[in-house]
Amino acid sequence: MKRTVPMIIAATTGFVLIMSHFIPLSEEWGSKAMQWFNVLAAIAFVLGGSNLMRMNLQKISDRRPGWGYAAVTLIAFLVTLSVGLLKVGVQPTSSFPTNAWAAPYNQEGSSLWWLYEYLYKPLASTMFALLAFFIASAAFRAFRAKNPEAIALLSTAFIVLMGRTYVGGLMRDILPRGMEWLSFDSMTNYIMGVFNLAGMRAITIGIALGVASTSLKVLLGVDRSYLGSGDD
Amino acid sequence: MYQFLKTLDRRWIFLLILLAVAIPIYWGWQFPERPSPMVRSVFEAIENLPDGSHVWMAYDYDPGAQGELHPMAFAFTRQCALKHHKMYFMTLWPQGPPMIQENIDLLKREFPDLTYGEDYVNLGYRPGYEGPIKLAVTDLRSTIAADVDGTSLDDMPMTADVKNIQEMDLIINTSAGYPGTKEWVLYASTPYNIPTVAGCTGVQSPYLYPYVPRQLNGLLGAIKGAAEYEFLLLEAYPELRENPNAREALRRMGPQLLAHLVIIALIIVGNIVYFVGRSRGDM
Repeated sequence: MKRTVPMIIAATTGFVLIMSHFIPLSEEWGSKAMQWFNVLAAIAFVLGGSNLMRMNLQKISDRRPGWGYAAVTLIAFLVTLSVGLLKVGVQPTSSFPTNAWAAPYNQEGSSLWWLYEYLYKPLASTMFALLAFFIASAAFRAFRAKNPEAIALLSTAFIVLMGRTYVGGLMRDILPRGMEWLSFDSMTNYIMGVFNLAGMRAITIGIALGVASTSLKVLLGVDRSYLGSGDD
Repeated sequence: MYQFLKTLDRRWIFLLILLAVAIPIYWGWQFPERPSPMVRSVFEAIENLPDGSHVWMAYDYDPGAQGELHPMAFAFTRQCALKHHKMYFMTLWPQGPPMIQENIDLLKREFPDLTYGEDYVNLGYRPGYEGPIKLAVTDLRSTIAADVDGTSLDDMPMTADVKNIQEMDLIINTSAGYPGTKEWVLYASTPYNIPTVAGCTGVQSPYLYPYVPRQLNGLLGAIKGAAEYEFLLLEAYPELRENPNAREALRRMGPQLLAHLVIIALIIVGNIVYFVGRSRGDM
């Protein structure tokens, strides 16, 4: 029962969505299924939050390696959640001058806004920016012309790196008429528009065929791995 | 020298990159751009629409990608505002609403004659990954009934008569991953023939090239694409030249040039060390 009912729900919803795509009369059914999906997606946040709590509390109570990070995760999660839910620091708006609870939770100057602006935003931007340093270090240590494939990769990287800068276009002015295609920006456009395009199309079509066959296996109940092991 | 480079502490490399980025920022290096045909097609897709067209602004990114995507998002917003297009902002990313809010702030600051609810509206975030796209293309109110402040769509002049996204003249998507450009192309642009342009991060652009030009009218790839787009915008609208904020991407091309040159130099030096080491039997 625990596996059959979810399997029937998944198969029915899947087939309804496929039908709604090909049969205009059943388009409304597809919209209904998507509305249910959106409601479930919102509820999944509660499930995700509970799971995060359970996993991290277990890690802390077992004193597993890195349990301190789990504690930081939990504190950050609980502080952000309570500050947002309780609308801490939110001021009444002109629409509802007597009731601060009617104001938006992310109002400028509120505690949640402060957490976002001065903690989350700088931390997320820093993590992304750090990539440049690690890419540079990796480029020095790992990008070696060891074989013909590596040489091809290196040459492509060199052209695209130059083509993505001002120097790439500058070459066009220096090169004689009719030889502009040798400029880095032209070669970059050619690499992206021909070699990359052909490769990506092949990969995308391959992935699509794989997704179609896997989806069919799920809908027909052949693949039941998404239902879990059934032990718990 | 060989021994020094062979055992080079990576902190020297970090310092080099820091200087490569900091020096152009400090001196404000900027270079003229040569817009590629791909960027021109994005610009023209927005520019060739009649004034006052309806444009869906799907801004699907978070602060992690704002360094790369904010300039192009701002440039899209500016061009639409200059063309008096009706702008419908929405995000599929939970961290996206503040990104939209910064675009709304830009409109209030630089285009005070535009009115909220008449010229632009903030529809906020909707959970469910591609789910809201599939709903909004057939029935907008089944997934979005009100704007970010809770005002009903029926109470705002620009949304009152809008039934679904099929009524839009163009979709503009700025994307940092999933859900993003690919989902808008798969569930809105392609099935309902809605013209779409997009801007994405550098790592994403190779994956999105196959959709150009039939499913995507054009694509801006990372800061380089944004800089070329800003260049076109400044050419078409000289009044923007007085606005230093309209050159955000162009300003970032200086650090990009120097950082790329440093990375190329590091690759070359790394290979010299490798071949010298191999000839000496060290590797």
